[in-house]
Amino acid sequence: MGIAVYVLAFGLLLIGVYALVAKKNIVRIIIGIAILGYAVNLLLVLVGYRHGGTPPILADGQTSADLAARSVDPLPQAMVLTSIVIGLSVTALAVALAIRLYDKYGTFDMNDIRNLRG
Amino acid sequence: MTEMVPLLVGIPLGAAFLIAILSHVKVTSRLTELFAPIAMAANLALGVWICIASQSGGDTIVWAGQWKPIGIELVCDGLARLMVVTINLVALAAIIFSASYMKRFTTVWLFNSLFLLMTGAMNGVVLAGDLFNMYVFIEIAAIASYGLVAFGTESEELEAAFKYLVLGVLASTFILIGITVLYSLTGQLNMARVADIISARQLAHSPAVMLAAACLLGGLALKSAMVPFHAWLPDAHPSAPAPISAMLSGVLIKAAGVYALARIVFGVLGASEYYANVLIVLGTISMVAGVFLAIGQWDFKRLLAYHSISQMGYVVLSLGVAAAVVAGGGNRSVASLCLLGGLFHMFNHATFKSLLFLSSGSIEQATGTRNLKEMGGLARRMPITSFCCRIGALSIAGVPPFNGFFSKLIIIVALVVAGYPVLAFLAALVALLTLLSFVKVQRYALEGPVSSRTQSARESAWPMGVGMVVLAVVCILAGLAILPLKQYLFDPADKALLNSAISAGRLALGGAQ
Repeated sequence: MGIAVYVLAFGLLLIGVYALVAKKNIVRIIIGIAILGYAVNLLLVLVGYRHGGTPPILADGQTSADLAARSVDPLPQAMVLTSIVIGLSVTALAVALAIRLYDKYGTFDMNDIRNLRG
Repeated sequence: MTEMVPLLVGIPLGAAFLIAILSHVKVTSRLTELFAPIAMAANLALGVWICIASQSGGDTIVWAGQWKPIGIELVCDGLARLMVVTINLVALAAIIFSASYMKRFTTVWLFNSLFLLMTGAMNGVVLAGDLFNMYVFIEIAAIASYGLVAFGTESEELEAAFKYLVLGVLASTFILIGITVLYSLTGQLNMARVADIISARQLAHSPAVMLAAACLLGGLALKSAMVPFHAWLPDAHPSAPAPISAMLSGVLIKAAGVYALARIVFGVLGASEYYANVLIVLGTISMVAGVFLAIGQWDFKRLLAYHSISQMGYVVLSLGVAAAVVAGGGNRSVASLCLLGGLFHMFNHATFKSLLFLSSGSIEQATGTRNLKEMGGLARRMPITSFCCRIGALSIAGVPPFNGFFSKLIIIVALVVAGYPVLAFLAALVALLTLLSFVKVQRYALEGPVSSRTQSARESAWPMGVGMVVLAVVCILAGLAILPLKQYLFDPADKALLNSAISAGRLALGGAQ
């Protein structure tokens, strides 16, 4: 089971990179950005996951050593929260740019948006 | 001094949010235009003061919230101090310049706010002591810069910003994957501790570290626009308003790209010959390809953008050679000379490239064109701009006694001493081609007959002149005062990088040092 989720994360990563590199429609590229974000977030959560682990909350009378031996790692979860917020702002900015681009060019197709030479 | 270091990040970030709020209040909205220059001046003063104080006090390490040793760590060592001074110097000149340059845009408060956000985040990148914080600050700086590239909201600017955003997201995704792999392997995020665990467990050549290194190096090379990852830079940097081009080319690709690359290769992964070879190859290709791409350009800002790729190639090349010397157990003073050349060139490139971008902005505002063929005779029409542009061009072309000459000389000498005569020859050749391409700029823009475009050109307003003159003076002074600068600014930076490489490398290399 554990391996399957890693494969899923890797698959999502590949889909995201494929969408960013090969797709020409701006909306699909933005969806690709979102999928890339999910892939990394999933990978981050998996790093801290422990099969059958408890939540990282210290119960009454529990020693911290005991908690550390049982609970999942809380640090990647905190990192995922930060990463989700960053992903949100990047996606929002990308959508805002896409709307402005549509106003200027009247299309979402990157093949037609080609004033710059690269 | 300990409590002052977080202010370097805090002042710009706080001022950014204050501007965003107070510019909507009627009483204070005029006042907020002063916030950005004051915040940058305070930051530069603070950075210089920390530099002077650390001559006796040594390095400062701040644990945010006193959560020692698991909290967020800010490391203010020699390299971080060098970068802080560079970033805030260029930022101050750019913000003074933009006081009159940005008058043609409507939402100046938004510009000031994003500018401060980007500068504060760059200070954060260079001070961060752990990998995840570095990633977060790189992202803040990057998101602010996507917005700033699109600031004009014309069709080309939006297109460039979107391309920049897509490649930036790809780069930061791979950086985060690399950090995740390192965390899952070591259970640590603090750079020094990750390096300790990697070397203590002899993991330096394990597949997991190699995977993390590939992700991190790929992502950071994309951020610092090394050839073949450079395609976004010549679109994104010229499309931004001139002060932002100066910040992006001058400091962002260094703070979020080359600095992070140096920190991770030397301080975390340990300088082994794998990474050294990667850096040498990337640096050499960028140095040579960048200058050949630049020579054919007629758009002034695009030409400057391609030269950024080429000049950063010098820096990465010398970092790579230093890593090779450390990995091969070579002479410490040779590695130190390579690093000195690279770091000095990084500082110099920040000053002269931002100077050139600012003067290109001044010319563009006066003539309404960026095409060199349409310019001419500007030397008489715009004396201050032309004078500053000449100093920048002479510095980047490596003409003595300007600063670019000394850093290129040090790099070439270091390459010869380290046993890479072919690369030294290439570096000298690229310097010659750079000179050639800037002779073209002088010939077409500043000399020659006055064209219809430049007929009515007038010298720009004084804030723009001040911004350029500040950087021009630094260009001259850094060439003349190289010895004191070396003692107070570059030697500590050089030592910080080399010591972290040696402490990370000693165990990993089995006592080669």
